[in-house]
Amino acid sequence: MASITLEGLKKSYDGKIQAVKGIDLEVADGEFIVLVGPSGCGKSTLLRMVAGLETISQGELRIGERRVNDLEPAERDIAMVFQNYALYPHMTVFDNLAYGLKNRGFKRHDIERRVADTARMLEIETFLTRKPRQLSGGQRQRVAMGRALVREPAAFLLDEPLSNLDAKLRVQMRVEIKQLQRRLKTTSLYVTHDQLEAMTLGDRLVVLNQGQIEQVGTPMEIYTRPATMFVATFIGSPAMNMLPVDYLKERGTNGVLDNLPQGTDIVGVRPDDMRMQAPAQPHLVVESTLELLEAAGAESHLYVRLAGSEQPTVIRTSGQPPVAEGETLRFHVIRDALHPFNRDTGQRTDC
Amino acid sequence: MVENRPWSNLFAHLILIAGVALVLFPVYVAIIASTQGPGQFLRGTLPLLPGGHAIDNYRAMLDTGLSRAGAPPVGLMLWNSFIMAMAITIGKLAISLLSAFAIVYFRFPFRVFFFWLIFITLMLPVEVRIIPTFQVVANLGMLNSFAGLSIPLIASATATFLFRQFFMTVPEELLEAARVDGAGPLKFFKDILLPLSITNIAALFVIMFIYGWNQYLWPLLITTDPDYYTVVMGIQRMTTAADGDPLWHLVMAAVVMAALPPVLVILFMQRLFVKGLTETEK
Repeated sequence: MASITLEGLKKSYDGKIQAVKGIDLEVADGEFIVLVGPSGCGKSTLLRMVAGLETISQGELRIGERRVNDLEPAERDIAMVFQNYALYPHMTVFDNLAYGLKNRGFKRHDIERRVADTARMLEIETFLTRKPRQLSGGQRQRVAMGRALVREPAAFLLDEPLSNLDAKLRVQMRVEIKQLQRRLKTTSLYVTHDQLEAMTLGDRLVVLNQGQIEQVGTPMEIYTRPATMFVATFIGSPAMNMLPVDYLKERGTNGVLDNLPQGTDIVGVRPDDMRMQAPAQPHLVVESTLELLEAAGAESHLYVRLAGSEQPTVIRTSGQPPVAEGETLRFHVIRDALHPFNRDTGQRTDC
Repeated sequence: MVENRPWSNLFAHLILIAGVALVLFPVYVAIIASTQGPGQFLRGTLPLLPGGHAIDNYRAMLDTGLSRAGAPPVGLMLWNSFIMAMAITIGKLAISLLSAFAIVYFRFPFRVFFFWLIFITLMLPVEVRIIPTFQVVANLGMLNSFAGLSIPLIASATATFLFRQFFMTVPEELLEAARVDGAGPLKFFKDILLPLSITNIAALFVIMFIYGWNQYLWPLLITTDPDYYTVVMGIQRMTTAADGDPLWHLVMAAVVMAALPPVLVILFMQRLFVKGLTETEK
């Protein structure tokens, strides 16, 4: 158990390309942090720097009180779960789990006890004698988790561990990982590009973009008060709609946009906050043409084009609304549903 | 072929059988010849049915050899050949595994340059460099020794190249997982890379063993002491008997015995690499 401290961590290749541009982050002991961002945002690189698989160009990394910048991965007391699991194909499941312990000079009966405990916890006892190729994807994933757990490290590092599973199994493993982490209270860093995984797993999220932190906060903080336009459109599915203030003002605002913060020239609206029924409060009215109706069972996504604008916009409603493609629809947005941003800086303006 | 066409099947099989017969006939003749008594060959017709002297011929060759032609017993030559072939095979495998490991997994100055240097030597067969190599071996006093027979043939660009190609297909995450698991470079090599390469090692073992076993020119050049004769070059000496015709029945017995070990190596190793090939997964 340990905290992880990142201070001004930077990674550059050949002194030119900057993959990670100065990350400051304090991960508390036992905390589950999810690093989330689009591909190429540097989240995997950052995780690998913590693991010791990539060198740190600049800055300081501490695990517990120890500065670990120049330590080998094995000396950092971390365990890592890889995206493709990286199980040793020629070893049995037992040997896969035991390998790290053997290399650390554990005694034989200690190894057996630990592997047995871990196997029981992950319900992989029945195939300890099998080779990885004889296992299904979900079972391999469990073995990969087991290989990390068995060492009882100070921190877990997970690099998109669920992305090779099918959708159903992914949900199941997501729940299991969360429960496991709650029980063990091991500091964890989890990398994913899947914002649903990020929202459901993390105690706190770190949203990364182009090698920099966009926002750090609990999942609900990030969802309800995204700090930048990037976070606003990245977290939440379908993505938040961005409506230019000028456009809305041309169409009449019912006074809703009168006291926007200084510098606001664009407002964000979640797809669920664009209502088809008119609420009692003062609200904006947006007219649009329905271009595509996506019925997903419990909810429907309406892809519309705003009247007098080329702006594509998505609306989410529950059930299946009685509308047809090509129809003109009116949507209602109340003041509280607006997220004000400045287009040039990309920052939220009301904080 | 998916569809079932009896005539084309028959035709294909006939061609294949003809091919096999063409290849096997000389082998058959050699085996038959080795069972004949002396004098059979001097009558001018080639016998095609086994004679009754097999045991005599083989025993004579194994124990005493053709001393008149200056060839030691075949038993000794087989042993010499075996030692040379094994030394070459094991040496080649050890060196090429290690150099491929270095080239793929370590960053050092002129890495690519060294790789190409090794690669370029692929284009130089033994015969091209045989005079300078002989000079070096002679100056080192390694004529008429097992070291002289095997060491100059050990360096292998082919095996290094093949292992390099294989190592590059091993997922990088395995190395990283091993690093996190506390395995240093040599431990990774021993615990993970070697077991994964076992199929390739078995296949190369067969190829290298036959390569070593079939060396002819090199042993001919550097051995003058019959104690170090290898069987493949020894056979040649038997056929150039100084007086009279070659004793074909005895020579053929030596030929058959010389051909056996490579066959055995293939049969033995085959299991290993066929098994490896059918259940590959990385």
